[in-house]
Amino acid sequence: MDCSLVRTLVRRYCAGEENWVDNRTIYVGHKEPPPGAEAYILQKYPDNRIVSSKYTFWNFIPKNLFEQFRRIANFYFLIIFLVQLIIDTPTSPVTSGLPLFFVITVTAVKQGYEDWLRHKADNAMNQCPVHFIQHGKLVRKQSRKLRVGDIVMVKEDDTFPCDLIFLSSSRGDGTCHVTTASLDGESSHKTHYAVQDTKGFHTEEDIDRLHATIECEQPQPDLYKFVGRIKVYHEQNDSVVRPLGSENLLLRGATLKNTEKIFGVAIYTGMETKMALNYQSTSQKRSAVEKSMNAFLIVYLCILISKALINTVLKYVWQSEPFRDEPWYNQKTESERQRNLFLRAFTDFLAFMVLFNYIIPVSMYVTVELQKFLGSYFITWDEEMFDEESGEGPVVNTSDLNEELGQVEYVFTDKTGTLTENNMEFKECCIEGQVYVPHAICNGQVLPEASGIDMIDSSPGVSGREREELFFRAICLCHTIQVKDDDDVDGPRKSPDSAKSCVYISSSPDEVALVEGVQRLGFTYLRLKDNYMEILNRDTVERFELLEILSFDSVRRRMSVIVKSATGEIYLFCKGADSSVFPRVIEGKVDQIRDRVEHNAVEGLRTLCVAYKRLVQEEYEAICTLLQAAKLALQDREKKLAEAYEQIEKDLILLGATAVEDRLQEKAADTIEALQKAGIKVWVLTGDKMETAAATCYACKLFRRNTQLLELTTKKLEEQSLHDVLFELSKTVLRCHGSLTRDNFSGLSTDMHDYGLIIDGAALSLIMKPQEDGSSSNYRELFLEICRNCSAVLCCRMAPLQKAQIVKLIKLSKEHPITLAIGDGANDVSMILEAHVGIGVIGKEGRQAARNSDYAIPKFKHLKKMLLVHGHFYYIRISELVQYFFYKNVCFIFPQFLYQFFCGFSQQTLYDTAYLTLYNISFTSLPILLYSLMEQHVGAEALKREPSLYRDVAKNALLRWRVFIYWTLLGVFDALVFFFGAYFMFENTTVTSNGQVFGNWTFGTLVFTVMMFTVTLKLALDTHYWTWINHFVLWGSLLFYVVFSLLWGGIVWPFLNYQRMYYVFIQMLSSGPAWLAIVLLITVSLLPDVLKKVLCRQLWPSATERVQNMCVWRQDHLPELTPLPLCRAQPLGHWPGSHSNLVTLTCWESRECSVPPPWLLSPMPSPSQPGTQLPWPEGAGRWTLTSSSL
Amino acid sequence: MTWSATARGAHQPDNTAFTQQRLPAWQPLLSAGIALPLFFCAGLAFIGLGLGLYYSSNGIKELEYDYTGNPGTGNCSVCAQAGQGRAPPPSCSCAWCFALPELFQGPVYLYYELSNFYQNNRRYGVSRDDAQLSGLPSALHHPVNECAPYQLSAAGLPIAPCGAIANSLFNDSFSLWHQRQPGGPYVEVPLDRTGIAWWTDYHVKFRNPPLVNGSLALAFQGTAPPPNWPRPVYDLSSDPNNTGFINQDFVVWMRTAALPTFRKLYARIRQGNYSAGLPRGAYCVNIIYNYPVRAFGGHKRLIFSSISWMGGKNPFLGIAYLVVGSLCILTGFVMLVVYIRYQDQNDEDEDEQ
Repeated sequence: MDCSLVRTLVRRYCAGEENWVDNRTIYVGHKEPPPGAEAYILQKYPDNRIVSSKYTFWNFIPKNLFEQFRRIANFYFLIIFLVQLIIDTPTSPVTSGLPLFFVITVTAVKQGYEDWLRHKADNAMNQCPVHFIQHGKLVRKQSRKLRVGDIVMVKEDDTFPCDLIFLSSSRGDGTCHVTTASLDGESSHKTHYAVQDTKGFHTEEDIDRLHATIECEQPQPDLYKFVGRIKVYHEQNDSVVRPLGSENLLLRGATLKNTEKIFGVAIYTGMETKMALNYQSTSQKRSAVEKSMNAFLIVYLCILISKALINTVLKYVWQSEPFRDEPWYNQKTESERQRNLFLRAFTDFLAFMVLFNYIIPVSMYVTVELQKFLGSYFITWDEEMFDEESGEGPVVNTSDLNEELGQVEYVFTDKTGTLTENNMEFKECCIEGQVYVPHAICNGQVLPEASGIDMIDSSPGVSGREREELFFRAICLCHTIQVKDDDDVDGPRKSPDSAKSCVYISSSPDEVALVEGVQRLGFTYLRLKDNYMEILNRDTVERFELLEILSFDSVRRRMSVIVKSATGEIYLFCKGADSSVFPRVIEGKVDQIRDRVEHNAVEGLRTLCVAYKRLVQEEYEAICTLLQAAKLALQDREKKLAEAYEQIEKDLILLGATAVEDRLQEKAADTIEALQKAGIKVWVLTGDKMETAAATCYACKLFRRNTQLLELTTKKLEEQSLHDVLFELSKTVLRCHGSLTRDNFSGLSTDMHDYGLIIDGAALSLIMKPQEDGSSSNYRELFLEICRNCSAVLCCRMAPLQKAQIVKLIKLSKEHPITLAIGDGANDVSMILEAHVGIGVIGKEGRQAARNSDYAIPKFKHLKKMLLVHGHFYYIRISELVQYFFYKNVCFIFPQFLYQFFCGFSQQTLYDTAYLTLYNISFTSLPILLYSLMEQHVGAEALKREPSLYRDVAKNALLRWRVFIYWTLLGVFDALVFFFGAYFMFENTTVTSNGQVFGNWTFGTLVFTVMMFTVTLKLALDTHYWTWINHFVLWGSLLFYVVFSLLWGGIVWPFLNYQRMYYVFIQMLSSGPAWLAIVLLITVSLLPDVLKKVLCRQLWPSATERVQNMCVWRQDHLPELTPLPLCRAQPLGHWPGSHSNLVTLTCWESRECSVPPPWLLSPMPSPSQPGTQLPWPEGAGRWTLTSSSL
Repeated sequence: MTWSATARGAHQPDNTAFTQQRLPAWQPLLSAGIALPLFFCAGLAFIGLGLGLYYSSNGIKELEYDYTGNPGTGNCSVCAQAGQGRAPPPSCSCAWCFALPELFQGPVYLYYELSNFYQNNRRYGVSRDDAQLSGLPSALHHPVNECAPYQLSAAGLPIAPCGAIANSLFNDSFSLWHQRQPGGPYVEVPLDRTGIAWWTDYHVKFRNPPLVNGSLALAFQGTAPPPNWPRPVYDLSSDPNNTGFINQDFVVWMRTAALPTFRKLYARIRQGNYSAGLPRGAYCVNIIYNYPVRAFGGHKRLIFSSISWMGGKNPFLGIAYLVVGSLCILTGFVMLVVYIRYQDQNDEDEDEQ
């Protein structure tokens, strides 16, 4: 025993494969392996409890508090609160404690509620009953009690309770069907296979006798990868080892279909299931607005610290004269006198910090979070983004990036399924140079297309005839399609004749299109039964034994099957992209087929090439052993398989090519055009070949007729070195750039040179490849320079990782543009994760992209509204929110700072505690929150019609430092007005008609009242969209302030130990001059902002303001001038559809909207001809420039 | 993210004005066309108001005298000199005499003004016990800690009223004498010392502790007066309605001022012959000089002021209104010019195109 243990250990640590310690061993049914077999180190596995909740009842409070105080803002306020508790500070701890408590409570309630929902879901999951096999009997237990190694029985339509190795099924062939709709969204049935050696164990007693161990990798999140092996011990102590792959693995969350019951052994449980591992990642993206917000926060922190420092220093300078430090009327206690000077200075500094700490808006973060959370509902509610056809609406996976949608500069889009429908239709096939079109063929009658198609070779000949049959068989056999027949479980009842009604299901729509296409040409794929594929060749059923499937992957870009015909001939059929098939072909009419393929690609069709090879028995056996070896490997199985495939798929004979059409999605061209007008650069990244992709790009108007295409492809690189090509291209581009700087800005002028770049994967990897001498960055820069000057870029032949690489390249370029990636397939996930904003199209290729994205939309066309309307809205809303928060806190705190100069730097507060506490959390919180939910500078319709409005907010325009400084200065100015206005009012006089005087609290209340009104009215000035809710909240807030003040000062509050506010507010209102001062000071504070707004609108109107003017002008003039009922009937901001385009454009040209264009008085001339481009007003770009230089 | 399958086949969204962000809304624009008349109207209104305020403020008369007693500034300097460095300062009196050539239009109010006195110092401002001042017996004997060092007397008795504010109560007193004819006798002008504090303060906020056996003095038994006070709080006045915590001078003093230079109302002159104001003649104010201010570089002033509906003399509001009104008109004109000129320019631009 000892020896064997040592041997095992030695083998484990020395031998190659055994060296792999990252695997686990499972005893099926907890049965120890027979003595003498290898000993394993037992591991401890978690039980099957799913915990998605973050908190438990007991740890909620401490853990949640800990989480919340990890946020820097909350921590800051906690520190302030503690300082207030510890040292003698001017304000009571309540003033910062209450807002902090409020913020923490709101967040905790929200998180607690979410966690409670998760708990409920978890409990439902953990307590659902599961059938176990224990000592040959069926036992019911709760799901959470399941352990690794338990044998589980699952019935039809149940979901698997954990990740299982499929042991046996009620179906004779040891298969079962599952759907993984809740895992990856694919609703198709997938077939899984039981382990060969155990599929005979059909009953509980049988399965209990099974004696086996399973060795497999430790859990990993990839749903489609699994490697392991099972060792089955038989009576005579000999054992059989079988490989286990993902086809033997049943995943938790998937549902059993079409199968009565199955047995399986649990290998991954609880949080180690692939489903659990997949749900743990959450997006950690931060928006640009958040970054600016943090930058502003740091500025304010610096201001705060410098204010406190200045005041501390001044205090000690001022106090250097003893009669000021300690006048006879205000003596210190003995202990105060004896305190160390530095300690005193330090506490004074802290006290000033506490006094001014409100300049950091405590409630900003919680308001921003609330705004994002609530605001994202408008996206999900949007009716226009709801797709009737699929019954899908937009999904918001993270609301953190709402405003980032308004900042996008680059859009990277996938082609298939995103720009196109991914709805494939078989167009034609080309066999041996002869073209067949299904439409021209009557059922069963193969007729070469007579007209319109150029015949390359008109005489098929005998071998041609044979090849033709082979070609159709190849297409019928070389796929992974399943036939869905709902009404039968085991298959045989159905007669082959009714096969035409079968529904084919596949993860690749191309395959379905092909198989359906050849069905029209007379070859029908019936089903796969007992490893035999049945095809109906006109009216005879042919059966092929399926020997091997060399499945598709995006690197090889081809797949193969090895089948054995009834006559015993073994064929390998291979189907794949032309680039991956042609190099492996040794025979066949390669040139003719290549011509046809290229011709089709230019038409925008998707092409595939089909080849075959005949294998003799020996060859097949060699292949078998090769594959078996690769499949059994636990380590690097992928790599070894790839090598094996490479070896097998060679020396092929080319049969022909197919062409499948993928139609453009509706309004794809319109969307791309709008995005380009909005100043967004659109890049198409696709795995397709160049010609197909370019054709699609033309179709969706990414490239126009006058676009000059620049190519950076492998073909070109064969002629010239990369270096030369790059330099030549950059020269071309820059020459144009130099001469047309102005137009380049608008980028859309019809007469300017428009460049489009085409680059392929190979060329890209050359550019990206770091060179030994480190000059790679040079190429990258050059490449970026070229890209920057191209209006559209098409990247074809991209591997998924290359897509991400491109996104990253642009993202990290020196302008740091905001990128958006949109795609629908699993191959887009990497770029979706990489880009600032990832958008998934809820498409046909499953939900992987949608699940990993930040937002998911049903169709590409919805991107337009998403960016141009929602993005624009959210950006405007949140930027105002951020700026306003800082502004109102400057207004709030700066007078307090000024007051220190008049109270001997003694940290006297200007406002009462109640005002300090409630200012941010109740007096001024709701109006801005509502503003940030409701505001619309221009209506959604106008935004959609005028994509250029997007440029007004591009590049974080509303949160630039200039704007931030304007707001801050405005705040400082207002604060000066409030403070000195009140100061001069109070100086040496009385303001009441009875001669009585006011004290310091009246002074503070006056300042506060003026401030409350100014700050609220400032928001009112900025509001362009006054719904009744805005009115209610805004005026309600002011009313609340007044009512609160009346109440607060109207009663001697028994719980307060001071009564300083008693009747202060009412006394103030009884004074006439106080009213006059309030009116005056509010006016003066608002005046500069009003002036700025009016002048800017008049002198340097932004595009947005022009459109706003338009609306007003239309309202004023249009109904009088022309009896257009449309205008009158439409609510504000909703322009009539048909004429508006014209009206807007002419208005743009006329520059001044209050002068109606003369033709408006006469009947409308017809708008520009369809197809021609509407001329873009020359000044558009310039206006944007100047308006941003305010 | 919950474990249930992600919502597949989301429900058709509600088509309400709110969810579709189409609530009917008023969309005002701050265009020049609207702002221009607004500016002109506001400007005119402000100028009108400003003129009214300015003249109304100008109609108010003020008579002011600095009696700090810096050397060479009248006879109060003697008192100031005498009080130098001695605590408590000896009682001293001085006088300010002036002549009124014509009627000083009433009602006339007498204020005292202190400068460089930081009543708004935080340590000073909190040094009071509102509970004690509201007559709560328990608070009377247990003043709050904020009152320190004027919380307990040297003997350990609680101070009532405690704190620095009460301790530094202004204790100069004034009496006004009028000489109708030159050489005639001086007649004392009656000073109305009531109604100088807020009504709510001395009726609600400030309350004496409940009387013990009908005596206020007994109610304050066991407490000590503030160290600077020559007499206890219940002896502030002989009038039972004006003594103790509800003494109006005390209440006025306890309302701490906002700025280091402040005025407080001392008395109103509205009785007898003086209800219409101070008639012409010679006047002397007899000042009992107690309050030391020179130690902290302060000044004491005495002010006679008439009062209008807008209070005392304060040209600020009127001038501010005038300035803002003119600014409005000015910017209105600038905007008008800009509006017209740039409109032309825009039209020209258009013609060029």
